[in-house]
Amino acid sequence: MTSAPAVDDIVRSEYEHGFTTEIASETFPPGLDDGVVRAISRRKGEPEFMTEWRLKAYRHWLTMTEPNWAAVAYPKIDFQSISYFSAPKRPEDMPKSLDEIDPVLLETYQKLGIPLEEQKALAGIAVDAVFDSVSVATTFRKSLAEAGVIFCSISEAVHDYPDLIKQYLGSVVPHTDNYYAGLNAAVFSDGTFVYVPKGVRCPMELSTYFRINARNTGQFERTLIVAEAGSYVSYLEGCTAPQRDENQLHAAVVELIVMEDAEIKYSTVQNWYPGDAQGKGGIYNFVTKRGDCRGARSKISWTQVETGSAITWKYPSCLLRGEGSVGEFYSVAVTKGRQQADTGTKMIHIGKDTRSTIVSKGISANQGRQTYRGLVRIGQRADGARNHTQCDSLLIGDCCTANTVPYIEVRNPSANMEHEATTSKISDDQLFYCRSRGLTAEDAVSMIVNGFCKEVFNELPMEFAVEAQKLLSISLEGAVG
Amino acid sequence: MLVVNGLKADVGGKEILRGLNLEVNPGEVHAIMGPNGSGKSTFAHVLSGREGYTVTAGSATFEGQDLLALEPEERARLGLFLAFQYPVELPGVNNTYFLKAALNSIRKSRGEHELDAVSFLRLIKDKLKILHLDDSLLKRAVNAGFSGGEKKRNEIFQMALLEPKLAILDETDSGLDIDALRVVADGVNALRSPQRSMIVVTHYQRLLDYIQPDVVHVLSKGRIIRSGGKELALELEEKGYGWIDAEGQAA
Repeated sequence: MTSAPAVDDIVRSEYEHGFTTEIASETFPPGLDDGVVRAISRRKGEPEFMTEWRLKAYRHWLTMTEPNWAAVAYPKIDFQSISYFSAPKRPEDMPKSLDEIDPVLLETYQKLGIPLEEQKALAGIAVDAVFDSVSVATTFRKSLAEAGVIFCSISEAVHDYPDLIKQYLGSVVPHTDNYYAGLNAAVFSDGTFVYVPKGVRCPMELSTYFRINARNTGQFERTLIVAEAGSYVSYLEGCTAPQRDENQLHAAVVELIVMEDAEIKYSTVQNWYPGDAQGKGGIYNFVTKRGDCRGARSKISWTQVETGSAITWKYPSCLLRGEGSVGEFYSVAVTKGRQQADTGTKMIHIGKDTRSTIVSKGISANQGRQTYRGLVRIGQRADGARNHTQCDSLLIGDCCTANTVPYIEVRNPSANMEHEATTSKISDDQLFYCRSRGLTAEDAVSMIVNGFCKEVFNELPMEFAVEAQKLLSISLEGAVG
Repeated sequence: MLVVNGLKADVGGKEILRGLNLEVNPGEVHAIMGPNGSGKSTFAHVLSGREGYTVTAGSATFEGQDLLALEPEERARLGLFLAFQYPVELPGVNNTYFLKAALNSIRKSRGEHELDAVSFLRLIKDKLKILHLDDSLLKRAVNAGFSGGEKKRNEIFQMALLEPKLAILDETDSGLDIDALRVVADGVNALRSPQRSMIVVTHYQRLLDYIQPDVVHVLSKGRIIRSGGKELALELEEKGYGWIDAEGQAA
């Protein structure tokens, strides 16, 4: 009798995007103090208000302690051993077109399967590619400008739109919010700024690819998206990182602000290096994402496909203030090898007739550990608020873990809450059934997993749904037993 | 087509098959009958490559190839098909999508071109018509929430589509009422052909009223102890398995 490939083989598939680009980086020595914060600000040529903003955050951060409530375990991070700034060469000479871009860099993108040239030609996708900490390529800016949409790096926004930055930066996630958000506010390197004016439907999907590169450099991205009344924008971030043997800290902050009748659709495909089979070298992903539905009938939709990182700590949330505002969270998270994820969402119902939907699909293989942690809070004035939550976990193999920790707080008796949770396992019977029909074990797993995630993939923009499916299949290669 | 010689197999250290011999020629329908625990399902599983069984002696060749050395999917691609006693549910996996993937993986392995969506749909419509099935099961997830009868019908439908050379029907009649049994048997009969062999594993003679076997074997304690024509099944029905066991022991 022959045997199926061991579960371990499937999970042991090497990280596809694990390579390092040799590029001269100018990197600060490790360590963090007032001087470093000032130096970052100076290095970026920021106005005084920004330097003060950072320093205020830094000083507050010093009084904070690291959160330890998440169901993840990792060695204590020495924040003084991290370098807080790294930029590709020639920062004063930012490229104006692709021709000016370092060919090694372009090659990196090509290896990742995202050639900018092709993307430019592709139907309406603008790319603000973040390489290390400074944006080096921005495309499609012009046609966006014609529509009145601002799509630029946050550093540029600080220079060019200081009033918008002053008004909105930190208004959803203040530096006092949590430890990592505080750190991010002090040292954020770069990120994306999007502003969609009143009544404008953004003519294309906006997309950013992140890539962590310089060795031992924490990445502190900051994203701010403002959608004025009646506007619409769909934004996708996708990331992948080269293989390393030291843990890399990533503490990003994303803030969304949505006015009356406006909508932001925020999709993430995350594929950071998860570490080797022993769990060594993966990315620590401690992210604060929050959207504020300020206007009536505004809407925020978070869709995420998380397959990478050694540790994920992430709860994209919605503050539903506006009457009739809508929050959605669709998530697929995969943990395999020794990956750990504590992820979920928060739906805070403040206004009347607010609605939220949560669909969370967790897949755990090998020794993967996964926790869904979600809060649904219905405030006193949120008459007629409704929430539907569905949390499904799929286990592959016998050594993985899945937990569901829903927090439900209802302070208004007219609220309507639904919560469903299931846990299932890809069984040997299912695999044998598929194989007896001529399918390989890998095909079978990929088919079952994709079927399990269908509801979430349906929410992704079409072209990314295809990518996400592929990514999922690649991630789970060798995960059967 | 299929030659099984002195096959012995263990499950968890317990010997279930104890030297089984069987030869099936193209176009033949063989029935394997036997009491509970005689090794009927084990035999079906060992032939199709399920894990958890250890073959300790003997051989099984399919069209000259050593079947036991192959992975389950390789056996399927050679033209072996197992209709499950308990078809497995695959929630979220669309039946049509599943069947198309299965058929194309088999076609690909034979060097045939893969069918596109349009020609595949045409093919399944034809098959549904032959089996008198309605197309509602195409839109559903594989076996998910199917009734017992629907699951068995879906197995026969898969068999019709994958066109195996040798189909093993593992207690396809179990859990079916008389109407469902007839539908399933009609389906099987529609798929009989001079090129296609079948092994019908069953506990009861009832199924053989609808599917006429060429040969009936009686399996007891992991060995075929008696083979004969259709009348053997009737005799069994009348006298019970005890009769043949006693006779087997006397011999």
